[in-house]
Amino acid sequence: MESTLESVNRAEEMADQAAAQAGFDEDARGGIAMAVREAMINAVMHGNGYSPDKRVNLSFEQSGGNLVITVTDEGTGVNPDEVPDPLAPENLMKQSGRGIFLMRAFMDEVKFRKLEPGTEITLIKRLPGH
Amino acid sequence: MSMKASTRQVDGVTIVDLSGRITLGEGSVILRDTIKDLLGKGNKKILLNLGDVSYIDSSGIGELVSAFTSVQRQGGELKLLNLTKKVHDLLQITKLYTVFDVKDDEATAVGAFSKV
Repeated sequence: MESTLESVNRAEEMADQAAAQAGFDEDARGGIAMAVREAMINAVMHGNGYSPDKRVNLSFEQSGGNLVITVTDEGTGVNPDEVPDPLAPENLMKQSGRGIFLMRAFMDEVKFRKLEPGTEITLIKRLPGH
Repeated sequence: MSMKASTRQVDGVTIVDLSGRITLGEGSVILRDTIKDLLGKGNKKILLNLGDVSYIDSSGIGELVSAFTSVQRQGGELKLLNLTKKVHDLLQITKLYTVFDVKDDEATAVGAFSKV
């Protein structure tokens, strides 16, 4: 996908459809779509800097009782351990920095893998009934 | 659904009726520009009516926070009205619900602004 806002919006819709197909209820679907949206914003904006030369890859898979969503970018990479805690009092009123927190809030597991170049974010949600 | 913003005055309070999605891109920009415009005109008592805001992402939350601090920095007050469940829950988990003064009734919200 291109590194654009349109890709972010499209990915969110795709996530909602994938979650619906996987049998998630409305609340869970909303959370999954939001987590994907935030991962895409990370990839498009922070990772690829909206560069037309850099792509974002998005995939959905049901595997091992989980919905597994992967977002990769071609940017300089992010270390999630270096992102300040948005709930800390000194960060609460900051304008940005909540994306990773929101991903973790709505998914069962969020993994980051450094690529050469770029970052791969894997969002995992246990399938209903599993 | 793209964001729309309209303003009206009630008892010295500027009510901004927002509808749509406050998200990265157009929605966030509209909110930012609306607040900037109101402050520029000297409107310092601002009530954001979010009753028709269906969705907000981290960027939108950031703009709400930015609006709050901008208004406060100019000696004003910004309050929120009619949060949908989705927005309410997001502000709760980001620990921002108690930062904002949130009301669910317009008359009560208008009355909560200081009288000066």
